[in-house]
Amino acid sequence: MNPPSERRGLTAIDGALALIAILLIVQMWLLTATLESYLAGHHEGALPALILSGILFLACVGLYLFVRGLDREVRRR
Amino acid sequence: MSLWSRWRRHRASLGGAEPLWREEFSVHGADERYVGRRQFAKFLVLTSLAMFVGNVWILLRGWLTGEPVFLPRPVAGLGELPVGGVKLFRYPGPEDPCILVRTGEDEYAAYSQKCTHLSCAVYYSHGENRLECPCHEGFFSVRDGRVLQGPPQRPLPRVVLERRGGALVAVGVSSHPEA
Repeated sequence: MNPPSERRGLTAIDGALALIAILLIVQMWLLTATLESYLAGHHEGALPALILSGILFLACVGLYLFVRGLDREVRRR
Repeated sequence: MSLWSRWRRHRASLGGAEPLWREEFSVHGADERYVGRRQFAKFLVLTSLAMFVGNVWILLRGWLTGEPVFLPRPVAGLGELPVGGVKLFRYPGPEDPCILVRTGEDEYAAYSQKCTHLSCAVYYSHGENRLECPCHEGFFSVRDGRVLQGPPQRPLPRVVLERRGGALVAVGVSSHPEA
Protein backbone atom coordinates (compact mmCIF):
# COMPACT_ATOMS: atom_id res chain seq x y z
CA MET A 1 0.00 0.00 0.00
CA ASN A 2 1.29 3.43 -0.88
CA PRO A 3 1.85 5.31 2.43
CA PRO A 4 0.87 8.83 1.18
CA SER A 5 -2.33 7.53 -0.40
CA GLU A 6 -3.05 5.59 2.80
CA ARG A 7 -2.59 8.76 4.84
CA ARG A 8 -4.89 10.70 2.53
CA GLY A 9 -7.44 7.91 2.71
CA LEU A 10 -7.28 7.82 6.49
CA THR A 11 -7.69 11.59 6.67
CA ALA A 12 -10.74 11.47 4.42
CA ILE A 13 -12.22 8.62 6.45
CA ASP A 14 -11.60 10.52 9.70
CA GLY A 15 -13.30 13.57 8.23
CA ALA A 16 -16.29 11.49 7.14
CA LEU A 17 -16.49 9.91 10.60
CA ALA A 18 -16.45 13.33 12.23
CA LEU A 19 -19.29 14.44 9.95
CA ILE A 20 -21.30 11.33 10.80
CA ALA A 21 -20.76 12.01 14.50
CA ILE A 22 -21.97 15.61 14.11
CA LEU A 23 -25.07 14.47 12.20
CA LEU A 24 -25.73 11.91 14.90
CA ILE A 25 -25.56 14.53 17.65
CA VAL A 26 -28.07 16.67 15.73
CA GLN A 27 -30.31 13.62 15.30
CA MET A 28 -30.14 12.83 19.03
CA TRP A 29 -31.08 16.40 19.89
CA LEU A 30 -33.96 16.21 17.38
CA LEU A 31 -35.27 12.99 18.91
CA THR A 32 -35.16 14.33 22.47
CA ALA A 33 -36.85 17.60 21.43
CA THR A 34 -39.58 15.67 19.57
CA LEU A 35 -40.09 13.34 22.53
CA GLU A 36 -40.34 16.23 24.94
CA SER A 37 -42.85 17.96 22.69
CA TYR A 38 -44.82 14.72 22.30
CA LEU A 39 -44.94 14.10 26.03
CA ALA A 40 -46.25 17.62 26.45
CA GLY A 41 -49.16 16.67 24.18
CA HIS A 42 -47.97 18.45 21.03
CA HIS A 43 -48.00 15.93 18.21
CA GLU A 44 -47.76 18.35 15.29
CA GLY A 45 -43.96 18.43 15.30
CA ALA A 46 -43.56 14.66 14.90
CA LEU A 47 -43.84 14.53 11.10
CA PRO A 48 -41.34 17.32 10.27
CA ALA A 49 -38.96 15.80 12.83
CA LEU A 50 -39.34 12.39 11.20
CA ILE A 51 -38.56 13.81 7.74
CA LEU A 52 -35.51 15.66 9.06
CA SER A 53 -34.34 12.59 10.96
CA GLY A 54 -34.71 10.53 7.77
CA ILE A 55 -32.61 13.04 5.82
CA LEU A 56 -29.93 12.94 8.51
CA PHE A 57 -29.99 9.14 8.48
CA LEU A 58 -29.63 9.06 4.69
CA ALA A 59 -26.72 11.50 4.95
CA CYS A 60 -25.09 9.16 7.48
CA VAL A 61 -25.63 6.20 5.13
CA GLY A 62 -24.14 8.21 2.26
CA LEU A 63 -21.08 9.08 4.33
CA TYR A 64 -20.74 5.45 5.40
CA LEU A 65 -20.84 4.32 1.77
CA PHE A 66 -18.22 6.96 1.02
CA VAL A 67 -16.03 5.61 3.83
CA ARG A 68 -16.47 2.04 2.61
CA GLY A 69 -15.72 2.91 -1.01
CA LEU A 70 -12.66 4.95 -0.07
CA ASP A 71 -11.44 2.17 2.19
CA ARG A 72 -11.75 -0.37 -0.60
CA GLU A 73 -10.02 1.94 -3.06
CA VAL A 74 -7.09 2.56 -0.75
CA ARG A 75 -6.78 -1.13 0.02
CA ARG A 76 -6.79 -2.00 -3.67
CA ARG A 77 -3.77 0.25 -4.39
CA MET B 1 1.39 6.30 21.08
CA SER B 2 -1.40 3.81 21.40
CA LEU B 3 -2.23 2.04 24.63
CA TRP B 4 -1.23 -1.28 23.09
CA SER B 5 2.19 0.04 22.08
CA ARG B 6 2.72 1.39 25.59
CA TRP B 7 1.76 -1.95 27.05
CA ARG B 8 4.17 -3.77 24.73
CA ARG B 9 6.98 -1.35 25.61
CA HIS B 10 6.20 -1.80 29.29
CA ARG B 11 6.30 -5.58 28.92
CA ALA B 12 9.56 -5.38 26.98
CA SER B 13 11.13 -3.19 29.69
CA LEU B 14 10.17 -5.82 32.24
CA GLY B 15 11.72 -8.51 30.10
CA GLY B 16 8.37 -10.01 29.22
CA ALA B 17 8.10 -11.84 25.91
CA GLU B 18 5.49 -11.21 23.20
CA PRO B 19 2.40 -13.30 23.91
CA LEU B 20 2.22 -16.50 21.94
CA TRP B 21 -1.12 -15.65 20.28
CA ARG B 22 0.38 -12.38 19.02
CA GLU B 23 3.17 -14.24 17.27
CA GLU B 24 0.84 -16.79 15.73
CA PHE B 25 -1.70 -14.29 14.38
CA SER B 26 -0.12 -12.12 11.72
CA VAL B 27 -2.49 -9.14 11.95
CA HIS B 28 -1.13 -5.85 10.71
CA GLY B 29 -1.66 -2.76 12.81
CA ALA B 30 -2.70 -0.55 9.89
CA ASP B 31 -5.33 -3.06 8.81
CA GLU B 32 -6.61 -3.19 12.38
CA ARG B 33 -7.02 0.58 12.37
CA TYR B 34 -8.85 0.48 9.02
CA VAL B 35 -11.29 -2.16 10.17
CA GLY B 36 -11.81 -0.27 13.41
CA ARG B 37 -12.79 2.90 11.56
CA ARG B 38 -15.15 1.04 9.25
CA GLN B 39 -16.78 -0.77 12.13
CA PHE B 40 -17.09 2.46 14.07
CA ALA B 41 -18.76 4.11 11.06
CA LYS B 42 -21.16 1.17 10.84
CA PHE B 43 -21.96 1.52 14.54
CA LEU B 44 -22.66 5.25 14.11
CA VAL B 45 -24.96 4.61 11.14
CA LEU B 46 -26.86 1.95 13.10
CA THR B 47 -27.25 4.43 15.96
CA SER B 48 -28.57 6.94 13.44
CA LEU B 49 -31.06 4.31 12.26
CA ALA B 50 -32.16 3.80 15.87
CA MET B 51 -32.78 7.56 16.20
CA PHE B 52 -34.84 7.49 13.01
CA VAL B 53 -36.86 4.51 14.28
CA GLY B 54 -37.46 6.47 17.49
CA ASN B 55 -38.94 9.33 15.47
CA VAL B 56 -41.11 6.86 13.52
CA TRP B 57 -42.36 5.42 16.82
CA ILE B 58 -43.30 8.87 18.13
CA LEU B 59 -45.23 9.66 14.94
CA LEU B 60 -47.04 6.31 14.90
CA ARG B 61 -47.96 6.65 18.55
CA GLY B 62 -49.35 10.11 17.89
CA TRP B 63 -51.42 8.81 14.97
CA LEU B 64 -52.70 5.74 16.79
CA THR B 65 -53.71 7.73 19.85
CA GLY B 66 -55.92 10.02 17.76
CA GLU B 67 -57.87 13.08 18.81
CA PRO B 68 -59.56 12.83 22.23
CA VAL B 69 -63.35 13.06 22.48
CA PHE B 70 -64.56 15.35 25.24
CA LEU B 71 -67.74 13.91 26.67
CA PRO B 72 -69.31 15.70 29.67
CA ARG B 73 -68.40 13.92 32.88
CA PRO B 74 -69.25 14.80 36.50
CA VAL B 75 -66.10 15.46 38.49
CA ALA B 76 -67.27 16.42 41.97
CA GLY B 77 -70.15 17.83 43.93
CA LEU B 78 -70.11 21.58 44.60
CA GLY B 79 -69.70 21.21 48.36
CA GLU B 80 -67.62 18.08 48.23
CA LEU B 81 -64.24 19.75 48.68
CA PRO B 82 -63.16 22.23 51.36
CA VAL B 83 -61.41 25.44 50.24
CA GLY B 84 -57.90 24.39 49.27
CA GLY B 85 -59.07 20.82 48.82
CA VAL B 86 -58.00 18.65 45.94
CA LYS B 87 -59.58 15.82 44.01
CA LEU B 88 -57.90 13.69 41.39
CA PHE B 89 -59.86 12.42 38.42
CA ARG B 90 -59.29 11.22 34.86
CA TYR B 91 -60.48 13.15 31.84
CA PRO B 92 -61.16 12.72 28.92
CA GLY B 93 -59.81 9.15 28.96
CA PRO B 94 -58.71 6.72 31.66
CA GLU B 95 -55.06 7.48 30.82
CA ASP B 96 -55.41 11.24 31.37
CA PRO B 97 -54.96 12.16 35.04
CA CYS B 98 -56.34 15.54 36.10
CA ILE B 99 -56.44 17.54 39.28
CA LEU B 100 -59.33 19.61 40.62
CA VAL B 101 -58.60 22.35 43.17
CA ARG B 102 -61.10 24.41 45.09
CA THR B 103 -59.29 27.75 45.12
CA GLY B 104 -62.01 29.79 46.86
CA GLU B 105 -65.50 29.63 48.32
CA ASP B 106 -66.98 29.68 44.87
CA GLU B 107 -63.93 29.03 42.69
CA TYR B 108 -62.69 25.81 41.19
CA ALA B 109 -59.85 25.08 38.78
CA ALA B 110 -58.99 21.82 37.07
CA TYR B 111 -55.90 20.97 35.05
CA SER B 112 -54.22 18.04 33.44
CA GLN B 113 -51.96 16.50 36.04
CA LYS B 114 -49.22 15.83 33.49
CA CYS B 115 -46.43 18.37 33.66
CA THR B 116 -45.84 19.92 30.23
CA HIS B 117 -42.12 19.26 30.58
CA LEU B 118 -41.82 15.48 30.88
CA SER B 119 -45.27 14.37 32.03
CA CYS B 120 -44.54 13.96 35.73
CA ALA B 121 -47.63 14.30 37.94
CA VAL B 122 -48.10 17.78 39.37
CA TYR B 123 -49.61 18.30 42.83
CA TYR B 124 -51.21 21.24 44.58
CA SER B 125 -49.13 23.07 47.15
CA HIS B 126 -51.63 24.69 49.51
CA GLY B 127 -48.97 26.80 51.25
CA GLU B 128 -47.63 28.30 48.02
CA ASN B 129 -51.02 28.21 46.28
CA ARG B 130 -49.55 26.77 43.10
CA LEU B 131 -49.23 23.51 41.24
CA GLU B 132 -45.79 21.95 41.55
CA CYS B 133 -43.97 19.32 39.57
CA PRO B 134 -41.61 17.45 41.89
CA CYS B 135 -39.39 16.07 39.10
CA HIS B 136 -37.70 19.29 37.95
CA GLU B 137 -39.34 21.92 40.14
CA GLY B 138 -41.67 23.30 37.53
CA PHE B 139 -44.31 25.52 39.13
CA PHE B 140 -47.65 26.49 37.60
CA SER B 141 -50.20 29.10 38.57
CA VAL B 142 -53.33 27.57 40.02
CA ARG B 143 -55.31 30.53 38.64
CA ASP B 144 -54.65 29.97 34.95
CA GLY B 145 -52.11 27.16 34.64
CA ARG B 146 -49.29 29.32 33.26
CA VAL B 147 -45.67 28.52 34.06
CA LEU B 148 -44.28 30.35 37.08
CA GLN B 149 -40.87 28.72 37.22
CA GLY B 150 -38.84 25.80 35.93
CA PRO B 151 -38.17 23.97 32.68
CA PRO B 152 -41.77 23.64 31.35
CA GLN B 153 -42.35 25.91 28.37
CA ARG B 154 -46.10 25.53 28.06
CA PRO B 155 -48.99 26.06 30.47
CA LEU B 156 -50.90 23.16 31.95
CA PRO B 157 -53.92 22.17 29.83
CA ARG B 158 -57.00 23.42 31.62
CA VAL B 159 -60.05 21.24 32.07
CA VAL B 160 -63.13 23.29 31.22
CA LEU B 161 -65.72 22.96 33.98
CA GLU B 162 -69.43 23.69 34.01
CA ARG B 163 -71.87 23.73 36.89
CA ARG B 164 -74.82 21.49 36.28
CA GLY B 165 -77.20 21.18 39.18
CA GLY B 166 -75.10 20.56 42.23
CA ALA B 167 -72.15 19.11 40.40
CA LEU B 168 -69.06 20.23 38.55
CA VAL B 169 -68.92 18.68 35.09
CA ALA B 170 -65.82 18.47 32.89
CA VAL B 171 -66.75 19.34 29.30
CA GLY B 172 -63.43 19.86 27.53
CA VAL B 173 -59.70 20.57 27.73
CA SER B 174 -58.04 23.78 26.62
CA SER B 175 -54.30 24.36 26.18
CA HIS B 176 -54.66 28.11 26.47
CA PRO B 177 -54.36 29.69 29.91
CA GLU B 178 -56.87 32.44 29.14
CA ALA B 179 -59.69 29.98 28.41
